[in-house]
Amino acid sequence: MSTRSGSSSLFDRAILRQAALDAAKKLDPRGLFRNPVMFVVAIGAVLVTVEFLRGVLAGVPGSEPAWYTANIALWLWFTVLFANFAEAVAEGRGKAQAAALRRMRTETVARRLTGGREESVPASELEKGDTVVVEAGQLIPGDGEIVEGIACVDESAITGESAPVIRESGGDRSSVTGGTKVLSDRIVVRIGASAGESFLDRMIALVEGAARQKTPNEIALHILLVGMTLIFLTACVTLVPLALYSGIRLSMTSVVSLLVCLIPTTIGGLLSAIGIAGMDRLLQKNVVAMSGRAVEAAGDVDTLLLDKTGTITLGNRLATELIPCGDVRVGDLADAAQLASLADETPEGRSIVVLVKDRYHLRARNIHEIAAHFVPFSAQTRMSGCDLDERKIRKGAVDAIAVWVKEAGGTVPDGFLETAGKIGDTGGTPLGVADGNRVLGIIHLKDVVKEGIAERFARFRMMGIRTVMITGDNPRTAQAIAREAGVDDFVAEATPESKLRIIRNEQAGGKLVAMTGDGSNDAPALAQADVGVAMNSGTQVAKEAGNMVDLDSNPTKLLEVVEVGKQLLMTRGVLTTFSIANDVAKYFAILPAVFVAAFPEIAPLDVMSLASPRSAILSAVIFNAIVIILLIPLSLRGVEYRPIGAAALLRRSLLLYGVGGVVAPFIGIKAVDLVLAAVGLV
Amino acid sequence: MTFAGWFSILVCLLLILALTKPFGIYLYRVFETERPPLAPILGGLERWVYRLSGVDPSKEHHWTEYARALLAFSLFGVLITHFIQRVQHLLPLNPAGLGPVAPDLAFNTAVSFTTNTNWQSYAGESTMSTITQMAGLTWHNFLSAACGVAVALALARGFTRQRGQTVPATIGNFWVDVTRCLLHVLLPISFLFALALVQQGVPQTFAPNTAATTLEGAKQAIPLGPVASQESIKMLGTNGGGYYNANSAHPFENPTPFSNLLEMISIFAIAAALTYTYGLMARNSREGWAIFWAMACLCVAGVSVCYWAESKPNPALAGLPLTVEGNLEGKEVRFGFAATALFATLATDASCGAVNGMHDSFNPLGGLVPLLNIQLGEVVFGGVGSGLYGMLVFVVLSVFIAGLMVGRTPELLGKKIEAKEVKLAVLYCLVFCVAVLGMTAAAAAVLPHGTSTLNNAGPHGLSEILYAASSAAGNNGSAFAGLGANTLFWNVGLAVLMWLGRFWMMIPVLGIAGSMVGKKTRPPGPGTFPTDIPLFTALLIGVVAIVGALTFFPALCLGPLVEHFVALHGKVY
Repeated sequence: MSTRSGSSSLFDRAILRQAALDAAKKLDPRGLFRNPVMFVVAIGAVLVTVEFLRGVLAGVPGSEPAWYTANIALWLWFTVLFANFAEAVAEGRGKAQAAALRRMRTETVARRLTGGREESVPASELEKGDTVVVEAGQLIPGDGEIVEGIACVDESAITGESAPVIRESGGDRSSVTGGTKVLSDRIVVRIGASAGESFLDRMIALVEGAARQKTPNEIALHILLVGMTLIFLTACVTLVPLALYSGIRLSMTSVVSLLVCLIPTTIGGLLSAIGIAGMDRLLQKNVVAMSGRAVEAAGDVDTLLLDKTGTITLGNRLATELIPCGDVRVGDLADAAQLASLADETPEGRSIVVLVKDRYHLRARNIHEIAAHFVPFSAQTRMSGCDLDERKIRKGAVDAIAVWVKEAGGTVPDGFLETAGKIGDTGGTPLGVADGNRVLGIIHLKDVVKEGIAERFARFRMMGIRTVMITGDNPRTAQAIAREAGVDDFVAEATPESKLRIIRNEQAGGKLVAMTGDGSNDAPALAQADVGVAMNSGTQVAKEAGNMVDLDSNPTKLLEVVEVGKQLLMTRGVLTTFSIANDVAKYFAILPAVFVAAFPEIAPLDVMSLASPRSAILSAVIFNAIVIILLIPLSLRGVEYRPIGAAALLRRSLLLYGVGGVVAPFIGIKAVDLVLAAVGLV
Repeated sequence: MTFAGWFSILVCLLLILALTKPFGIYLYRVFETERPPLAPILGGLERWVYRLSGVDPSKEHHWTEYARALLAFSLFGVLITHFIQRVQHLLPLNPAGLGPVAPDLAFNTAVSFTTNTNWQSYAGESTMSTITQMAGLTWHNFLSAACGVAVALALARGFTRQRGQTVPATIGNFWVDVTRCLLHVLLPISFLFALALVQQGVPQTFAPNTAATTLEGAKQAIPLGPVASQESIKMLGTNGGGYYNANSAHPFENPTPFSNLLEMISIFAIAAALTYTYGLMARNSREGWAIFWAMACLCVAGVSVCYWAESKPNPALAGLPLTVEGNLEGKEVRFGFAATALFATLATDASCGAVNGMHDSFNPLGGLVPLLNIQLGEVVFGGVGSGLYGMLVFVVLSVFIAGLMVGRTPELLGKKIEAKEVKLAVLYCLVFCVAVLGMTAAAAAVLPHGTSTLNNAGPHGLSEILYAASSAAGNNGSAFAGLGANTLFWNVGLAVLMWLGRFWMMIPVLGIAGSMVGKKTRPPGPGTFPTDIPLFTALLIGVVAIVGALTFFPALCLGPLVEHFVALHGKVY
């Protein structure tokens, strides 16, 4: 994924510059109103600014000196700006990607077929159902399905993968995406989405954040933040008369400062940046989520449904071992196996040649040079091989080989059928090898499990996610592979419909299910699953049904998707906890400061022994603003997720962000106070 | 502080601990099984009550029906009690010939007893006739307690029932819950408890006043009456309205150290047991213990601070040629520092307004403990029922705030905590905060009526106002005293607070129950947020302490905290 990795450095200079501008633009009250916490801060900033201006311009003597009011007002505005900046940076990273995507959408001319005639129209005028012709060297004008022809397509614009892919009409490889380029041949495409609704359009909208809606958990968190804001608003507003009772006249500046420090500005300011960054992180991993809701659901997944073929195993049976029979030398068996497979173009046949070359160091020979006659596989004989001089070398189904040897007057040695049976028991496929009337041995063909997959499943298990393998194989084979890959469960002899049934069963038990799919017959299951990741190489129907598309078409990508979902939720959680825990220190900074004039005896409550009451309040406000900036990298990058079990994770986070959140501001506020005193401001 | 003092505190708390499991099992069988243990004796009476009142005990309520029944029942209670007070001069059993109770006081008292607060702006003997005490007030001691238990059960059912267990999603039958609580729990136990108190010397008689001659030779008439029966339900139902004005400090209400111990245990008995009942309902008793220990830790912390503060002499006495062991002002010498500190802590941890010493006379930090206990929401065991549902609301908040940190949408017992539950839980906290602080602010400086009847000035006066508002909204009913509350302003204001603090908090709770009961339950796994481990207990303590403290810290700062620091410099109010 070379095209987008350039922006993966967290802070691109251009993005930062643009974000600084956008932060100011976002002071628009209509936008601010959507974030009640920051809206309250903005109102507070306005009130203190007015207080300052009244003092300076109208000459109304305020209860506080002008430098102090001005500084508080300034830092309150900074608080709002910093929060806006965080959001703008997150959006900016998406916008940079969107701009790249948008560039290729423009100026495509489509050759539309109308009643057999061909006409040139701009791609933007295409309607759903139109058919267009695309030839080598042209861009495909819109998303759709190939109805005629086969072509080599460069999809690097979407996927970043430079190797071209084959697309052909019918079957599961018929979908094409607008903006990709046909490299060879000619295809006729039926457009599946009107202009403006194509995959590319939606992707642009998503990464720009335009189509972003608050996710359920974000809404709930927002309610909590608004509730806490109201509680602290009550506490601060009622403090004015309570102080009056005690003979203290609180200044507007002090009350607003206290309020802003107490309300959860940290999480309130960073919440939307966290959400945007989550989508963005997925995109960095080449997964496009159709909604933030899907990303959130990914963090919650309990069960993962995985196709065996292509996901867990490499997809083809491969030769892994040669087992000679009786006193046959393994070299002879290797030689025969190679000869029998030289002309065999099936993946199994090629894997035999590779195995023999790698393990027994027999170089591949050219079948024509050694004048062998190739005998292809047929359904009747269930064997293939070659005739070389007098030798008749065959490989094939074990029972077919046994019959062949007997017919040629030979005998089947002891152990031949037993060995074959054992291989079958472990889920492998035995191929017998015979030379004339002599049984040489067995080739062990195996469904090879992808490297590293067992570790991935172990990681899932530690996350508390159950993996279920789906396969059309018989239960015996399925079990063997399931054991080797380390999946928790498997469903054998599955039909496409059974996926849907399994998902429904799991969901009825209260679980959230994720799956990947690419074929049209996966579509119902993709739609039913809570997280359905469609492969970009799959059909249009599948992509429509899922709520995420993996541009790399890599089914094991689900692990990353789940981790991003978890990171998203965790980042929100730790910042909320941190934000609330921060309040303890702020109280100890501000309250003694506002009361100490009337009750000098409470000086011991000022545990940080700050320079002066005004310095205390200003330090708290400055710390409160700066902490937003300091936490932007964390909210964009996300908290690291470790599959160490929920209890351990909770202990770690609580210690770091709960206890740390109580302690950190004591240090931070004291530090700001020291700086203020050092520069002589207070 | 003495070893004996700590030992007596420990004994009391250990006895409560020992009682929790067996009593919790009993409550579970009363409310969650078809046949309660006492059904052979009381089953007939229970069925007769249902028949008489036309209740179908097999029909369960949706949360809105449950809430409607609760509100209708309580509104009826307020109206009838108000009415009786207003016409008591026309009714029999009025030997003193008392006139009708003033409308504002009658309203305040009616709300006070219906809401399990038992705030008394009056002196009983000189205001309420015998018929008013009996027909108007005493039955609320039982029924308001039963209502609290009912709501707690409804919430616990909302959390613990699996979807499809009851169709449609219902949270129990309000009438059955109240009836069972009354017949199987409150009546039999308070009967036995009353007998024990009688044995200890508490009067239970219709005999006239007894005459006594004081040390100075003056004649004193001490009123007698059915004290023991009133005393037992006063403690057991965390009501707190005493027979005598001195409440449990009076020798006739609380004659011996043993009766004092019994009374303290009975404050927590039901509340502590309900945590175990909750664990049983959740099919995992550790869920209940996690909550129990959070409550226990907060309780021990409160007692420790209070005992420590009260063992020190009043700072104003420092430097005087006196040998003072601690702060004995307003305490019964027979109970001493430890038992008074413990009693004050327990009664304010719970919504029991009973006192065996005067909180107003505590040292500033000693008085801070009862005040803070109420302001934490009385969730440290708490009022019968109300303590559990209050704590469960904090559980919802804790799970929501910290649950995200394990990388999953927050879940409680396998059910998702979503926007609706958060909204209602926040509303619960907001109502209490606005009620207490709003009333305090209004009384302290906005309106002239608030401070006109205040006995003390300065921070101590503020503490008195804050305590009155907290006690009313928290449905505690104890008073810091020092505040003349029988004025139109305080009567009406506090009545509104009591109403808000009871029903505006119960309705969100029932709303949460109704919303949770219909949710799918996800089976727990290694990635699930655990709510049954010590770590969660610690988290819960943190959330309760921080949410309570953050809300009220500014006000407390101007009240007890300032008073404490100022007193260290020898200035008292």
